[in-house]
This record gives sequence, structure tokens and C-alpha cells, in this order.
Amino acid sequence: MLPRWASLAVLPAANLLVALLISAGIVRLIGESPWAALKLMLAGSVGTPDGIGYMLYYATNYVFTGLAVAVAYHAGLFNIGAEGQAYVGGLGVGLVALWLGNHSPWLVLPLACVAGAVFGAAWAFIPAWLQARRGSHIVITTIMFNFIASALMTYLLVNLLIKPDQQSPETREFGANAFMPPATAWLGRWGKGFATTPLNFAFILAVVASVGVWFFLWRTRWGYALRVAGENPRAAVYAGIAPDRVIIGAMLISGALAGSLGLNELLGAQHRILLDFPAGAGFVGIAVCLMGRNHPVGIFLAALLFGALAQGGSQLSFDMPKVNRDMVVVIQGLVILLCGALDQVFARPLAWILGRGRERPGN
Amino acid sequence: MPPALELRGIDRRFGTVHANRAVNFAVARGSVHGLVGENGAGKSTLMNIAYGIHQPDAGTILVGGRPVVLTEPQAAIEAGIGMVHQHFRLVENFTVLENVILGAEGGTRLATGLAAARRTVDELAREYGLDVPLDLPVGELAVGVQQRVEILKALFRGAEILILDEPTAVLTPQETDALFRMLRRLREQGSAIILVTHKLREIMAVTDRVTVMRQGAVVANLSTSGTSPRELAEKMVGRPVLLDLAKAPAAPREPLLSVRNLEVLDARGVVRVRDLSFDVRAGEIVGIAGVSGNGQSELLEAIAGMRTPRRGTITLGKREVAASGLDARARRRLGLAHVPEDRLRSGVVGTYSAEDNRILGYQDRRPFQRAGILVRRAIRAACERTMVEHDVRPPLPQLRITMFSGGNQQKLVLAREIEADPAVLVVGQPTRGVDIGAIEFIHRRLIALRDAGKAVLVVSVELEEILALSDRILVMHAGGIVGELAPSDATEEKLGLLMAGLQPGGGE
Amino acid sequence: METYTSIVLLVAATVRLATPLLLAALGAMFSERAGVIDLGIEGKMLGAAFASAAVAAVSGSAWLGLLAGIAASTALALVIGFTCITHRGNQVVAGMAITIMVSGLAPTLGLAWFDLGGQTPQLEAPGQRFLGITWPWEHVARAHPVPGLIYAEVLSGQNIIVYLAALLVPVAAWVLFRTRFGLRVRAVGENPDAVDTAGISVVWLRYRAVLVSGVLCGAAGSYLSTAASSGFIRDMTAGKGYLALAALIFGKWRPWPTFGACLLFAFSDALASRLQGVPLPVVGVVPVQFILALPYILTVLLLAGFVGKASPPRAIGVPYEKE
Repeated sequence: MLPRWASLAVLPAANLLVALLISAGIVRLIGESPWAALKLMLAGSVGTPDGIGYMLYYATNYVFTGLAVAVAYHAGLFNIGAEGQAYVGGLGVGLVALWLGNHSPWLVLPLACVAGAVFGAAWAFIPAWLQARRGSHIVITTIMFNFIASALMTYLLVNLLIKPDQQSPETREFGANAFMPPATAWLGRWGKGFATTPLNFAFILAVVASVGVWFFLWRTRWGYALRVAGENPRAAVYAGIAPDRVIIGAMLISGALAGSLGLNELLGAQHRILLDFPAGAGFVGIAVCLMGRNHPVGIFLAALLFGALAQGGSQLSFDMPKVNRDMVVVIQGLVILLCGALDQVFARPLAWILGRGRERPGN
Repeated sequence: MPPALELRGIDRRFGTVHANRAVNFAVARGSVHGLVGENGAGKSTLMNIAYGIHQPDAGTILVGGRPVVLTEPQAAIEAGIGMVHQHFRLVENFTVLENVILGAEGGTRLATGLAAARRTVDELAREYGLDVPLDLPVGELAVGVQQRVEILKALFRGAEILILDEPTAVLTPQETDALFRMLRRLREQGSAIILVTHKLREIMAVTDRVTVMRQGAVVANLSTSGTSPRELAEKMVGRPVLLDLAKAPAAPREPLLSVRNLEVLDARGVVRVRDLSFDVRAGEIVGIAGVSGNGQSELLEAIAGMRTPRRGTITLGKREVAASGLDARARRRLGLAHVPEDRLRSGVVGTYSAEDNRILGYQDRRPFQRAGILVRRAIRAACERTMVEHDVRPPLPQLRITMFSGGNQQKLVLAREIEADPAVLVVGQPTRGVDIGAIEFIHRRLIALRDAGKAVLVVSVELEEILALSDRILVMHAGGIVGELAPSDATEEKLGLLMAGLQPGGGE
Repeated sequence: METYTSIVLLVAATVRLATPLLLAALGAMFSERAGVIDLGIEGKMLGAAFASAAVAAVSGSAWLGLLAGIAASTALALVIGFTCITHRGNQVVAGMAITIMVSGLAPTLGLAWFDLGGQTPQLEAPGQRFLGITWPWEHVARAHPVPGLIYAEVLSGQNIIVYLAALLVPVAAWVLFRTRFGLRVRAVGENPDAVDTAGISVVWLRYRAVLVSGVLCGAAGSYLSTAASSGFIRDMTAGKGYLALAALIFGKWRPWPTFGACLLFAFSDALASRLQGVPLPVVGVVPVQFILALPYILTVLLLAGFVGKASPPRAIGVPYEKE
């Protein structure tokens, strides 16, 4: 048993360190200097206002998907479908923006928020219902729903939503009133440095969502019920908490959070619906959630880190011909492996170092 | 002739727990040797060492007089030791024969091994009177037959020393009788049998010698014919057993909990409670006695709202709650409180602090929440008060619940349920896994609750507990109530016969 | 006649598309039957696809490529084993992590070694790829299209991995149901306690099952880059690993039904590319995306119990803790 501070801070840090060391080894293997790569990435992400803007913009996506994974996780569910839920949620966001893009932002933006949440939640509802009522394993069904979402969106974009007289499957641009206010609009003087970045108001929404998720999980009785059902389903039944209702409720919230990714990506940056716009953010959400120890504060910090990696990674490819953004995906995979599946390997020696190691009787 | 199995000076620690202290234990060929002790006395650790699952820190193991080192079960099997675990180690979708040969297939190709095994197993079955259908999937067999498969597995591997860990916990009395006949047969054939149990009746019925363990050490090694259940009980507990608890006679009034014609199925669809009816009145404690596995768990869950009965009604006060499908929360609102028999599995959330467990089931009550928002200060204050009033130690609301001893956990759970001021309290195994000091405390609380005019239902497999607490005793067997006794004319003998499904003073 | 030809060609395409699914699904069958969820299929296949194409390009030998693919996939399987068996880590997380990591690692190494934007060089020289093996009298059969075309297009002309995969179905069925290893694998996925008390090492048994999956997923991945196409391209598995997993579930973790599911899923894949914009009788034009999504939809329906019932090995996903 580790003390709280160690399991919340030291353990993820140790995991990250090992992931970075392995990645450094790979960079070394392909003949580049890991040290130089790290410096380039830092300079490219937190070194300039531009880099910071991009970092926060990426982080916004990861906060939404990371929170989505976390809410499900606390209910004992592993939601691998954040990618698909974000994709379908973006459809809701985009449809509102396409149809009402010329109305007042006070109408279209709140409606787009609702639509994203509703569409994302709806896409999560089916696997949730199947798990709650038919016992279908939610890991497998959410994976399947990622592919179904991808097929559905391709169909809609190629056949129905595509801008006329155009080759690439994407919609026309939204009306300007449906754009999420860019950083310059709400940061005033501070926002000037971010003028060329896609950082937008969705970042604030992500912060609000983090606080909201924390408050919901630890300060409301519904959050309490959700966590009890996730920790110990029998105790939940004992306490009069219906596990199947928790499964469905948690997945609806999870899907709604994932579906909000479109607010940042579509309304804030792309200003149209295009193929595969979540670009793996749903899977990064898993890494973010695991590394953030399923807690909104940790998730926010982990999202910043992955935002920095994403931004630093794309900078890297300019200066290092042999390394590109794919290297960041490797780090993501390693972090998921180390934080999510091999964490106990680190917990034991750490507990030993802290003098907390204790064996338990086996009967 | 040396003993079939001898354990000399076995010592084993798990961290701070000294599970076995210099234990000496020997079992002779052609005998049944009982090993008794309370939960946590070190019986399981000792047997796991004998079967190579754990290694001793010190001490030697001798089989037939020769020292052996058992680093894994495989080594124990080769030394001729077989073990039948309390929870069977069977692959349910395999046939009996496939289960028997698992690990002793005799070659790469299954067909050859199966054919050879069939002959051997047939012989063994005939020799020992083990009637088992070899080609049925094990999952379709009755529990008693599954246990026979476990014994066959051991015999097939040439086991001459057989360890049975709490073998009767899941058996009906008839199955228990059949098992004992089988054990006597094995003894005649020269096997050495170790029977681990805490049921003294069984020790008296089938063993030749008995070893008593307490707190990791052997406290007695006796010939069964020269001892009595009372002597064994005192040695197990370490002090004279108190059968009487000072309490005033009950003054029961109107029924607060009524069960009528209840029928409940378990998760596998087997009828576990059939056509059961009884009342619990205000101001009385009703005790339900019975061998575990006779439907008590399902009955408790049905009353508490954790399991939907197939038929029948449950009435709390004036309100029918079963047929109308009210869940546990709604029943709590109607004044039902429930201390579950498997505390760690359903009564608490192991990873939560004491204070978070303090509100389990009451998370929607004031002052713990207002408008859906938890009031942390009120929760902590309530937990602190509970801990002081019910002597829960250490009184630290933020400590993780699993860091408390079993007795303190149980006191907290009981306190949580009592403080909701219920009209009806249902308690399963009130003192299971509870240290002796806490037992008396818990019993006094239950009696105080009765004296305050509440209806209390206690389900326990401990006869002494039932006798000490109850104002009326119901005996459950095979899912029904087979007798009702007043504590004044209830004796262990009478209860024992009823629990075995027999009528005292008459035939079947 | 034209319909006949196109049906035969469709069947031939189905066989080719089913091969990687079948190899991976049969491998995963051993892993999952032993109680270890195999979500890493996708990653193992992708890693193998890259390794085999890279080695084939450099060495000029498809066989060396195949070996390299199997080695890469097996190494990844060992990582999964180390994580999930030795350290009892979360199996779903481990599989996802491996898949994500490889999807970054393969193009990273590809870029560094070949400087082709993450791809491997085109495998053009003879011997770098597994090519179709033409059976005797193939042109005689072509002269009599009914039924000769079936011989010429479906039986003849496939590459060696296709034939091996077909042979693997009875072999896998035999191993799983007729041998000691198979018995133990099935037992450890249902009740590892039973295996442990029988004196068999749960850890080593599960490792072996996971390694079988590593080898077969390696063959499946190699097939993609050195037989079905000529070289590795980024994300070339494109969900085939998950499709294989779906086929395994659809086949209820049994070899022959899994074989059937692989054929069904491959058929819908083959059909999709031929039905692009072609109107069908009664239903009209079926969107190709719908046909592509069909295997996933079918699997969900199966898991929901709407078309039969798939009950997984009982101990799947549960790390084994010795008492």
C-alpha cells in the first residue's frame, strides 16, 4: 500500500520517466540524439506563445476524452469507444453549426454544446444498454462501435454532407457565428500571442468540465453511487443502487464528454466536419486517464503533457528528418502500458523504498 | 510404523501475522484425523504447507518417515498427498473423466490417456463405492457428486494421504453421511485422512484423533473417544464457552416483518428457499439456525431487497415489499436495516474510508446530503460519533475500512444500521470473523435493540450464538423451516437433529 | 457466364482476404481460451507486417521476412505475457497499449530506415514476396470455365500462406480438443485453480498460449505486407486485428465456426469493393460502408444474444492470483 501522495504523483512520474527513457532509446536507435529531440520538443511546445497555444488546443481534446474514460472507469467500465463517441458527437456539433451558423452565437453555441453531448451520449448508450441488460462485454462492443461510427461518418460525409462540387469528403465551412471564440476574443491582451493558434473558448469549457466531473464524482450522491457500483457491485445492490442504471448513466455522461470534443476540434479549429477529425484523441484519452490516476486534476495535467507531446512532436519533424509525430504515438502507447498495466511493477519497489511493504497471509 | 504424514516444528509468518507457531502434527495410516480451530487459527496455512502451496519458514515434513521438500503442489502430489479444497477446483464444462486426468494425462494424445484413465477410474470407483457418471459435464452434477470427483482426482493420482478442507460446508446432511461412509471405506483401505473443520459434531462422528489449533499453535492432540464437544470447544476458544447472556424475557408485540410462502432461486436457477413463512414481532429476536447452504443466504438477500423472489410476499410493517419489487433503498426507507453475512463482499466498499462506508445505503439521507450534494462535515461528524458510541477502534474516520480488524468493521456496519433507527434489523452471521472481545459487545447491542422494541432477525450457523440471542429459534433445512423451538427447550442435540432434516423423537 | 465468373472471382478474393483473419483468429483463440484477452492482435499484426516487409526488402527473401514478422509479433506477445501473466496487469489496457505503440513505432522505424515517409520499399524482386502457386493443368482448367475456373482461381494460384492457413484449421482443432496441451489450455481459461492444484504451472501454460498467438498473428501480419501487397504502408492492418477478434467471438472461440466467421467477414469485405455503386435487386444501391461495417454489427448482435449466445472462457481477463 502506497501513501496517497506517492500513488498520485510519484508513481505516474516514474511511469512517465520510464516511458521517456524507452522512447529515448528508440530515438537513439534510429540515429538521432534523444537530448536534442527533447529540447526541440520543449522549445516547440512550451517555448513560445505559439507552441503553448497549440499545446492547450490539443490538451482541450484530451481533457474531454480523458474525463470520458475516467467517468466510465469509476463505474467499473472500460470505455474504449471515446473515439467513436467523439466522432458521432462531432456530427451533432457540426449539424447545429451548419444549420444555425448564421444565427446569434448565443443560440448556436449552447445548442451545439447540447447537440455534441446528446449525440456522443446516444452513441455510448447502445453499448451501455447492451452491457446493462444483455451482459455484452462493453470493451468489445465499444471497439465495434468505433468501427461502426467510422463507417457511418464516412457514409454521411461522402454521400450526404459533402460540399457540392468538391472531391474531399468534408462539409462546407460553418457560418462564422458558429465559431468558438478564439483566444484573442476572451483573453484580451494576453490572447495576442495565441492569435495564430487554434486555441479557443473550448479550453475554458474543458476546465469547467474537469471541475464538474470532480464535483459530480466526489461531492454528489449520484457520484458516490456511481463509484460504489464501480468498486463493489454487490455493495451497490446492498445499498439500493441499481448497477444497470449506473452503467447506463455513467456511459451517457462518458459519451457526452467525449462528444464535446467537436466543440474544440470543429467549432474551434476546423470550422467544418471532415473525415476522422478525432484523430486518435479517444485513445489518447485512455493514456491521459490512466496517467492522471482517474482524477480530474491528474487528467488535466496529463492532458497538458500529452498536448505538449503532440505539439512538440509535430515541431520535431521540421528539424529532425528522421523523427516525426509517430514518435509521440509510441510514447502514448508506452505510457498506457506502464501506467495502466504495469503500474504494480513500480508500486512494489516504491512501497519498499518508502518502507511500506507488507505481505499478507494467503488464506 | 512411521506416520503417513508428519509435520515437525512448522513455523510460518505472513508479515506481522504469525500463522503457524512450531506446529507438530502427525496422521497415521488407516485413520481419520480431525483438525479443528476457529477461523484464523492457522489450519488452512498448515494444510497449504502440507500440500506445497506455502513453504514453511522452519520445520520439516515427513511422508512415511522420509523427509520431503514440497515446493509446489506437484511435489505433494508425487509424494502421495491429495487435497480436496472447500471450493472445488473443477472445470465445469469438462466431463468428469477430463477433470480427473487433468495434469495426469499420460501422454500428448488425449484419446489414449482417456481410455487408460477410464479403466483405472472405473476400478477406483468400484473399490471405494464412488458412484460418478464419467461422461457428464461436472457443472451438471450435484455438489456432493462434484466432491466425489475431487476425491477421485486425488485417488487417481495415487494419493494415500487425503486432506479435506471444510468438506461438509456445502453438503446436505445426506451428502455428508455419504461422504463419511466414503471416508470410513478409505480408512479401511489404509488411507490417512485429515479432516479440517470447525464443526465438532463431525469430528465426533468420523475421526479417530483430533488436533485443536488456536492462534497458530497446537493446543491439544486427543483421541476422539476420550474427549467431548464441550472440551474441544473450550480448547478452541481458549476459555469456558459462555452459553448464557443475561437478558430479560422478551415482550413481543405486533409483527413488523412477515414472510409468506417465499420461494427464492439462486444465481444458477436452483430453488434455495421454498414455501417459507414466518413473522418477526416487535421486541423479539428470532434466530434462524441451519447448516450453511440451506437457503439462509438467499432468504436474507430476498428480505433485504438484493434478490427478487420467484413467489411469495414480504411485509414490512404494513407495506408489501417483495411482490411490489421495492429495492434495498426503498426498504430502508420503510425501516428495514440489514447487516449482510458477507461483510467485505457486500457490506462495505473495501477501498473506501470508514466515513465513506458510514453512509453506504444512506447516501441519500439527510444530513449526509442536501439537494444531491454530499455534506462532508456532517458525514465525518456522524462517523466520529458512531465510532465513539460503538467503541470502534481506532476512531479515525478517514482510515481505510480494510485497515480495521474484522470486529471493528462489523461494529461499524452494525452501528450504521442501528443508527438509522430501523423498525426491523436483519443480521446475517453477526460475529463471523469477529474477535472474541467484540462478540459480546455485538450481542449486547442486538439485545438492547430488542429491548427498545425493534424486531430483530438473526441468521447464524453458530449454534451457541443462536441459543444465546434468540427468543424464538427457527431451524432451516433444504430451503424450508423444519422446526420452531423456544430457547428453553432447545438443546444442541435437538437443534442438530432438526438441522440434519430429522425430527427429534421420531423417524424421518 | 459473366455472373459465374464474377462469383468465382469473388470467392477467390474471399479466400485471400480471409487468410490473415483466420491466422490471427486461430492464434487469438489459444490466448483467449487460456484466459488472456487478446486485444493486441492488431498491434502484433502491424508489427509483423512491418518487420517482414522490412526484412524482405533488405534480404530479398520473403521467407526471412516471414521469420522476422513472426519474431516481431512473438516479441510483442512476450511483452503482453510479461505484463498480464507475470505482473497480472490489466489485459485490455496491455493489448490497447501494444497496438497504439506499434502504430507509432512501425512508421517511425520505417521513416528512419528507408526514408520513404514510413513505408518500406516496394517488394518487386522475385523472392521478396509470396506469390501465387500455379497448380498443374491450370490453363487446361481455364479452357473449361465450368467448373475449371474454380480450380484455376480458387484452388490454384494462391500463395503458400493461404494453403498453410487452410491446413491450420484442422490442426488447431486437433490440438485444442485432442491433445494434452489443448485440454490444459481450455482448463486454464475456465478455472486456473483447477490447473494449479493439478500441479501444472498456470503461468507457463498461459505464456505458451500467448506465444502461439504471437506466432500466428506474426504470420497474419507478414501475409499482409509480403503476400497480399508488396510492402508495408502506415496503418495497413486497418482494423483487421479487431475483425479477427470479432470473428473469434462470432465463432464462439471454436476453430471451425471461427473459420466460418472469417470467411463470412472476408466475403463481406470482398463484396463491398465489388458492390461500389452497383444497384442490387430489391434493395437498390447498398452503401459500401454498411457492408464494411456488417461484421462489427453482426458481432455486436451476437454479443447481445440476438443471434445465438457467445459465452467466453470463464476466467478470461482475470489475472491469476495464487491463493
